[in-house]
Amino acid sequence: MHKFLFMKIEIARMLQKKKKQIIDLWMKNQLADSALRDDLMSNDELRAQSEELVDALLKKLTDDNLSNIESADFENVYEILGGISITRARQGFSPRETGLYIYSLKDALLSILQQEFKNDPVQLYEASMRVSKLIDSFGIVTFETFIKGREEIILRQTDEITEISTPVIRVWDGILALPIIGTLDSARTQVVMENLLQEIVNTGSSIAILDISGVPAVDSLVAQHLIKTVSATRLMGAECIISGIRPEIAQTVVHLGIDLSNVVTKATLASALKYAYSILQLEVRKKQNNLVKTN
Amino acid sequence: MEKNWMKPITPTVLNKDKLSVFKEQDVVPFRNRVKEYATRIGMGLVNQTKLITAASELVRNMLRYADGGETLIEVISKGRENGIRLTFTDKGPGIANIEQAMKDGFTTGKSLGLGLPGTKRLVSEFDIKSVVGKGTTVTVVKWKNG
Amino acid sequence: MGQFLLVTIQIDLYDRLALNLEADLVQMVSKTGARGVLIDISVVSIVDSFMGRIIGNIANMSKIMDAETVVVGMQPAVAITLIELGLPLTGVHTALDVEKGMELLRKKILVDGEELDETYNTDSTE
Repeated sequence: MHKFLFMKIEIARMLQKKKKQIIDLWMKNQLADSALRDDLMSNDELRAQSEELVDALLKKLTDDNLSNIESADFENVYEILGGISITRARQGFSPRETGLYIYSLKDALLSILQQEFKNDPVQLYEASMRVSKLIDSFGIVTFETFIKGREEIILRQTDEITEISTPVIRVWDGILALPIIGTLDSARTQVVMENLLQEIVNTGSSIAILDISGVPAVDSLVAQHLIKTVSATRLMGAECIISGIRPEIAQTVVHLGIDLSNVVTKATLASALKYAYSILQLEVRKKQNNLVKTN
Repeated sequence: MEKNWMKPITPTVLNKDKLSVFKEQDVVPFRNRVKEYATRIGMGLVNQTKLITAASELVRNMLRYADGGETLIEVISKGRENGIRLTFTDKGPGIANIEQAMKDGFTTGKSLGLGLPGTKRLVSEFDIKSVVGKGTTVTVVKWKNG
Repeated sequence: MGQFLLVTIQIDLYDRLALNLEADLVQMVSKTGARGVLIDISVVSIVDSFMGRIIGNIANMSKIMDAETVVVGMQPAVAITLIELGLPLTGVHTALDVEKGMELLRKKILVDGEELDETYNTDSTE
């Protein structure tokens, strides 16, 4: 038992002594790999990053925590790893490239162990297993954070898309237009409704035009969402016109037996606008005095 | 570095409150209490309004059909989501045919019926259990962003 | 307010109060001979089916007594919730605010009774 403990101390100490060799070997592994992305990160930068990680790891590595992946001693290592993964996710490294980064460190460490314990297979096996397990756990964390980094990007983009895809435009005093582009699902309908109704309150507009020229298809579910939006607008005391009804849409609406008879529909945004003007008793016409002058 | 990935995801109850509703005058205070909790977890205005309206409908049903009952308001959390769970328990006559009661346009008399399908549309999760002669329990969940 | 009644609902009404409002309002319509009723709900945060029914009742009762009802100032969150709940308040007129509600009432009354005399017209359009 005592002898066993002594040997474990040997592993950590031995690795600490061979720090420079480990870094060199790891760098060699990384540079030799076809997955190296020197277009995304310079070799100097890569070396600095690798050195920082090995430094942090070896500084805290002891015989005890070597087999305890949850040890608080590795907090700093996890932090550095997390930072590296997030940066790589943003820089556009692939998961494979990011994974290889950490697993090539394992190769380097295992090679060192192999040199050191080549005459003692039992010790070699034991040490390799421990180091393997530790690095595997680092690998998992790397993936976790890498995916988290990507998820953050996706979430941000989703937010941006939702925002971009539901612009409420004030086309005239008292008239709002909302061009819908893409499919209308229930989550999107919520956003459309909220934005539109809030804008109606903000501007005191009494007419809203929902233009669906950019909606690829209207099935009964989409139609239901549209009718809901129209009804909610009416409850607020404003009129809602649906424009941009393409011939194909008219066909499917009738074939599916969707009842749009309570909704004012127009073929184009222009005719919807014209209708809105007539409700507001506005008139748009060519200037008369110009004609008089030229004649 | 937090290591959330090692822990399993289980919904947890962060806070709870019980209120009895046995008369009309209890409805508005109950709604206000629900609003307090929804505001505290930062629920948006539209979702808040939906939740409180659903709560109002359910509590009115309880008064109308079972002469009142007990309500439980809980703040729950699952993964990254926070939400409000409301439980309505009464010792009324119970509902014989829940499937039918969950259909749009169903009414057991009087004017507007139970309005259960409409209420269900206002919340994220809806569950109803009823034993004829024993009573009814309705549980609804509204997630902060749901 | 001339021939219109304006009711502003300031708080979330208790059931009894809401029923009282219904009764009082119908009484007032009869007493004043008002042609229009404006119900301002801009500070009401919750309209459930009970409240919706009261509003519908007021509109229907007024209608029988030859007065139009306009609900004004409904909040977006309330409108979205009512639609989701399946209560589109059919038969009730709506407007964005009191001013637009009055405009709507004037139009309705003008269309309804074109035989109205001159003085009436000038009164209602000032």
